[in-house]
Amino acid sequence: MNETAAGRQSTSAESAPAREPVIEVRNLETYFGDRHILKDVSFDVLRGEIFVILGGSGSGKSTLLRHIIGLLRPSGGSIKIFGHETVDIGEEEWEKLRRRMGVLYQGGALFNSMSVGDNVALPLREFTDLPEATIGIQVRLKLGLVDLAGFERLRPDQLSGGMKKRAGLARAIAMDPQVLFFDEPSAGLDPIAGAGLDELILRLRATFGMTIVVVTHEMESVKKIADRVLMLFKGEAVAVGRLDEVMKNPHLRVQQFFHRQADEEKVDPRQYLDYLTAGGRREL
Amino acid sequence: MPGREEALAALGRAALHAVDVVRDVWALLRDIAFWLFIAPWKRQRAGVRWESVIEQGVRIGWDAIPIVVLINFFVGMISALQSASLLKRFGQLLLVANAVALSTTRELGPLLTAVIVAGRSGSAFTAEIGSMKMAEEVDALSTMGLNPTRFLIVPRVLAMSIAVPLLTLAADFMGIFGGWLIAVTVVDLGSWQYLRHTADAIDMGDVMRGLTKSCVFGGIIATVGCYLGVHVEGGAEGVGRSTTNSVVVSIFLVIFANLIFTAFFYMIE
Ligand SMILES: Nc1ncnc2c1ncn2[C@@H]1O[C@H](COP(=O)(O)OP(=O)(O)OP(=O)(O)O)[C@@H](O)[C@H]1O
Ligand SMILES: [Mg+2]
Repeated sequence: MNETAAGRQSTSAESAPAREPVIEVRNLETYFGDRHILKDVSFDVLRGEIFVILGGSGSGKSTLLRHIIGLLRPSGGSIKIFGHETVDIGEEEWEKLRRRMGVLYQGGALFNSMSVGDNVALPLREFTDLPEATIGIQVRLKLGLVDLAGFERLRPDQLSGGMKKRAGLARAIAMDPQVLFFDEPSAGLDPIAGAGLDELILRLRATFGMTIVVVTHEMESVKKIADRVLMLFKGEAVAVGRLDEVMKNPHLRVQQFFHRQADEEKVDPRQYLDYLTAGGRREL
Repeated sequence: MPGREEALAALGRAALHAVDVVRDVWALLRDIAFWLFIAPWKRQRAGVRWESVIEQGVRIGWDAIPIVVLINFFVGMISALQSASLLKRFGQLLLVANAVALSTTRELGPLLTAVIVAGRSGSAFTAEIGSMKMAEEVDALSTMGLNPTRFLIVPRVLAMSIAVPLLTLAADFMGIFGGWLIAVTVVDLGSWQYLRHTADAIDMGDVMRGLTKSCVFGGIIATVGCYLGVHVEGGAEGVGRSTTNSVVVSIFLVIFANLIFTAFFYMIE
């Protein structure tokens, strides 16, 4: 996938024609030691769209996300967010950019030493001079948005998995970010809670026009929420574009992915045993 | 000879790993120094989080008072008995007071306190930060624009460097008190005599050196605890392993630092 290919497929069903990119990734490369993880990955995420990063286990989805949100520096390539090059900026500039971004982690990542309300209030207390009363209103508002009104006083360990994620989401949108990232939103949730989270993602986009980037391998949820998708296979971007287009992509790996021919099923047991005893990572 | 080659390779890996650790620790120390001494003046909203320092201080210091006091009380009694059985042979029983005062303020107070704190709080740092890392809470801090060093590590290091000397002061008192109790009850020394000898024996310099040492010990324990927490790998099991390591490594480093201090004080005397 080169720049022009990523740029051309910019129109999603209901959007105005020329939307500017919020995130521009070009020729991204990652090495862990001598292992080549991401290979020449390029794509754009456009304002207001729901962009899904798809791929099997170990394909490099989380690594890609960590590069974009600045937790891991890539070995090469360029990532622009809101037009700012981020791969070589200092920590201080990153901190400013990050206030315009929100991230929802797999388990919600709430701080257990604080109540749910204090978790949501934390960014407001740290980055604004709002009086406590206003912060309280904001917290109730954001918790209401994720259907957790009245849960301020509870401690995170008193919440179910799905509630933790929603509370984490309330914290992620506390500062009204322009871009929101989700790491495996439905992982570890029952189908109903997973579907509820998908609804929430759609609702956030509809209400605030946020740009949303989702990492997942749940096809059900992709079909429901994705405007455009990036399909990773062993660190390569094998397809980028609108979901319906990518689903028609003849690439063998793409078809396998959409038709659930999971790689795991074809693993040779002897090879797998070697892999386990060698203490290796998910190399298969 | 494959055996030898493997051994060499293992040695090489260990050396590389050691270089990595030294580099990481150095980076962490620089980071701590930055958020402690530079960022509060240079940047907005980057001051030391004093509420956290106090909260940690209570957990490290206040909550440890009973155990620190009790242990040092017992060890003070032990020192008195040990030195009495030795000094009796030379007919110098009164020197028990000097022996207890010196050993407590110079060595036992600072060292025992550090060991207790390493076991109680250093390990807790590793466990807390390690499980936060596993639950992606540390990443969440970063992506919210809240620096994890400033948020999690600086308050702990600062609180510990303050709490450990204060605990040591309490330890010194209790050690001497334990010694006194043995002296007047078992060894049959006069109470006033003992206290006067203690007062003569204690050199404010010794006490200050002991407190300086314990401040450094606190810094070591906190840094080790946080470092191992930040570098935890391998899920809940990994957190458990690192927590144990935290105690072992910090006690080792505390004793090593103590050796350096003692050698240094010996040479300048
Ligand atoms: N810090 C690291 N050091 C070394 N290798 C790593 C590191 N992080 C990830 N990897 C490797 O990079 C590859 C991609 O990992 P990544 O976590 O990005 O995959 P993923 O697509 O998110 O998979 P999953 O769906 O299982 O979460 C894997 O082979 C993994 O072992
Ligand atoms: Mg992943």
